[in-house]
Amino acid sequence: MNKPLRHIAIFCGLLVFALLLRDNWLQFVRADELNTHERNRRVTIERYASVRGDIIVDGKPITGSVDSKDPLYQYKRTYVDGPMWAPVTGYASQAYGSNQLEKLNDSILTGNDDRLFFDRTLSMFTGEQKKGGDVVTTLNGAAQKAAFEGLGKKKGAVAAIDPQTGRILALASTPSYDPSSFAGYSGKDEKAWVALEKDKDKPKLNRALREIYPPGSTFKVVTAAAALENGVIKDINAPTDTPEPYKLPLSTVPMKNHAGGCENASLNYAMEVSCNSVFAKLGDEVGRDKMVEMAEKFGFNNPEVDTPVRAAASVYDKKMDRGGNALSSIGQFNTATTPLQMAMVTAAIANDGKLMKPYMVDQLVAPNLDVIEKHEPEEMSRPMSPETAQLVQKMMENVVEKGTGSKAKIRDVTVGGKTGTAQHGEKNKARPYAWFISYAKTDSGSPVAVAVVVEDSDATRDDISGGGLAAPIARQVMKAVLDSRK
Amino acid sequence: MSVVTNTTTIGAIDAPSRRNTELMLLGFAVAIPVFAYLNVGLALDGEIPAGMLGYGLGLALLAGIAHLLVRRFAKYADPLLLPLATLLNGLGLVLIWRLDQSPRLIADSMRRYGTHSGDAPQQLMYSAIGVALFLLVLVFLKDHRVLQRYTYISMVVAIVLLLLPLVPGLGADVFGAKIWIRVGPFSIQPGEFAKIVLAVFFAGYLMVKRDALALASRRFMGLYLPRGRDLGPILTIWALSLAILVLENDLGTSLLFFGMFVILLYVATERTSWIVMGLLMAVGGAVAVGSFATHVQSRVAAWLDPFECLKTAPPDTNMAWACDQMTQVLMSFGSGGTVGTGLGQGNSDLINFAVNSDFIFATVGEELGLAGAMAFILVYGLIVERGLRTALAARDPFGKLLACGLSGAFALQVFVVAGGVMGLIPLTGMTMPFLAYGGSSVIANWALIAILLRISDTARRPAPAPAPSPDAEMTQVVRP
Repeated sequence: MNKPLRHIAIFCGLLVFALLLRDNWLQFVRADELNTHERNRRVTIERYASVRGDIIVDGKPITGSVDSKDPLYQYKRTYVDGPMWAPVTGYASQAYGSNQLEKLNDSILTGNDDRLFFDRTLSMFTGEQKKGGDVVTTLNGAAQKAAFEGLGKKKGAVAAIDPQTGRILALASTPSYDPSSFAGYSGKDEKAWVALEKDKDKPKLNRALREIYPPGSTFKVVTAAAALENGVIKDINAPTDTPEPYKLPLSTVPMKNHAGGCENASLNYAMEVSCNSVFAKLGDEVGRDKMVEMAEKFGFNNPEVDTPVRAAASVYDKKMDRGGNALSSIGQFNTATTPLQMAMVTAAIANDGKLMKPYMVDQLVAPNLDVIEKHEPEEMSRPMSPETAQLVQKMMENVVEKGTGSKAKIRDVTVGGKTGTAQHGEKNKARPYAWFISYAKTDSGSPVAVAVVVEDSDATRDDISGGGLAAPIARQVMKAVLDSRK
Repeated sequence: MSVVTNTTTIGAIDAPSRRNTELMLLGFAVAIPVFAYLNVGLALDGEIPAGMLGYGLGLALLAGIAHLLVRRFAKYADPLLLPLATLLNGLGLVLIWRLDQSPRLIADSMRRYGTHSGDAPQQLMYSAIGVALFLLVLVFLKDHRVLQRYTYISMVVAIVLLLLPLVPGLGADVFGAKIWIRVGPFSIQPGEFAKIVLAVFFAGYLMVKRDALALASRRFMGLYLPRGRDLGPILTIWALSLAILVLENDLGTSLLFFGMFVILLYVATERTSWIVMGLLMAVGGAVAVGSFATHVQSRVAAWLDPFECLKTAPPDTNMAWACDQMTQVLMSFGSGGTVGTGLGQGNSDLINFAVNSDFIFATVGEELGLAGAMAFILVYGLIVERGLRTALAARDPFGKLLACGLSGAFALQVFVVAGGVMGLIPLTGMTMPFLAYGGSSVIANWALIAILLRISDTARRPAPAPAPSPDAEMTQVVRP
């Protein structure tokens, strides 16, 4: 019986060998694939197993981590003033992933970044618990608060930039949401998430960065800059040859002016009372290509404005006809922009023609407070000469002094601004968007440029205007920045 | 080592008993699990586990008593089997204890039953009972050939054991497989015991019938086909294993029994035709059952491509459930990688159900990695190898067949479980011997090891010295 027994022994050996082979196939060849498989929850478990780093504003964290005693995901994200900061932080949810800064700086926040390797190794030896690094933002708490509270129950957004550096100071969007409400993965979190998804007002939308609106009359500052740069206008106080009513090129429709005295008005006056005809005609005279060039220098048509959270691309149509170009020059037709884009336009003007790249992450800091990365201000482009910029400034200051932007006045501070009321919807039936862009100026240049858009409000249609609705919010934001610099 | 000389020229050299080797190996077999226990405690709580001393002493005591009794009652037994079984049992206890600490499993148990009690203390008790049975077998089974007398009683006992779970009121349907009976507070898996009893029956039966089965056959296409009446036993076993599969939903047990029978038929008759026939019948049975049993179908779907099956299977069905479990197990192995996450630091508890019984090998794979899992497979392989070596060395055909049947069944069980868990073959839901949580399994396998030890003791025992021949003259020694 020994011969078949030996065969059985070989057979059993083959069984063992097959097991060994299969084990190698699974744990060596396929290990990576299985380890990083989308259904492998170990990645998320690991992510929430240690304290997540914080997002810092004014030296104070606006996020936190709480030990939820949960057997699966130990630490849960919490937010201080969640709705106010949501457009900056984004969310980090155990069930729904993350976005914005929480996502872009995830490796630092979780502590898994390669640059934290030394830190991690060290804490392994000292027995300290692993902790993520911090993201220090450029935001200004007071300005953000002013923006968020100024918007209040109205639907809209605010973007504020430091024109000299490009630091983003405020980024508010309403209605907003509390990222804490769905940071976990329980039934309650799911309910909150589903409710937000279904909400008609889209509270999760970051209106300051990710929504584009027709800019209306605020776009006139771009047209003015283009006219001055291209020599179409030499003296801002000289009368322009503008008929009343002005007929759009390739069209017989007369253009309506809400303001009086626009016939042959000077550029300065046209800006002050916001004459449509003058700017439409100017845009036509500058021409589509030159207008496109100017708009693009300000950042339009650029799909990669990264703050580092990517902003939606603002649009100035490159292929429209003359009539479209004339309409676009007053911020109608195809022109559409994010609030951030209009803040960038304002900032470039306030900074004497130099556009700084907007950014909101100042530093990445290791858990031991070593600075891993520091953002240096960067020039993005030079849309216009300092002379042109100063002329536009003069006009914008005039708007606040005598014109439609008077509600943005701040005592003892030079403020320039421009209102806008953008019509939209079919046959312009929908409530118009109220816009206001402005900057404040001190002896050492301008510390703040701000763009405000109010989408919808309880005010009746006739009361909606950039000057009435948006300017007071812009004023509060600028005041907050000025006060915090004292 | 005394050299027995007498007047014959055959000098019977006393075979080494190897008991001291066994003692030394037992030292390792106790030390390794104790260090593993310490490792888990440090990884989970950062401190030396409270029960460390008790656990170590308990394991050492069990191993020590077993060793002393082996010394006394089976002096020439194989020195490897006891240390290997002790090592596996000890590490199994550590793994179960480690899973007892899992906050996820605790929370899950609290949600489901409102209480949570660890399984490790119970497993320790079962292990003690297992070692006790091991000792009883060694003490009272002086010669394995005694078992030969109970050939047909064994058959009846085996069939009763296998059919017990089908008795209404006694059998318990645990998650689809009817392989348990419930007696008071205990659940018993009679199949584990049936494994040993059946091996006794097969060995006894085939020893008697082997000549009839081997020789009375017709040659057909190069194969020796048995006579119709000789086909009786194999058909009966085939039908029985199909019945187990269909009635009790137990793929593993039916495969194990049929496989063991075919192996023994082959060894007893030395005819390859039995293997061919056995394979054909196994495939035929599997196809027949697989075509209508949904239980088997979902296991096969989960085996072929678990990730894909998870997407296509309708949610909340048996199939989706099986596929999800399979993906979890595979990811457990994948996450372990080459060296593993370290004891206590893996997430194999994500598999959730049956993680400490059917799927305990996934915890090995994740926390000890490829290296650890291969070591475990090799330890199992060693046990099988020592068993087969015992069969080779055994002097009587019954002992040969019994040792071969027991180690063959052990090998098949390890292959079916580990292969199923690793996705090599469809999952069958058996337990890893010694490692998995479950009283029946531990106790039955200790008994299995005891019988193997007894056979090896008989096999390795030196032949009694022949009586001195009065005719022989004294050999003259000439000094130079």
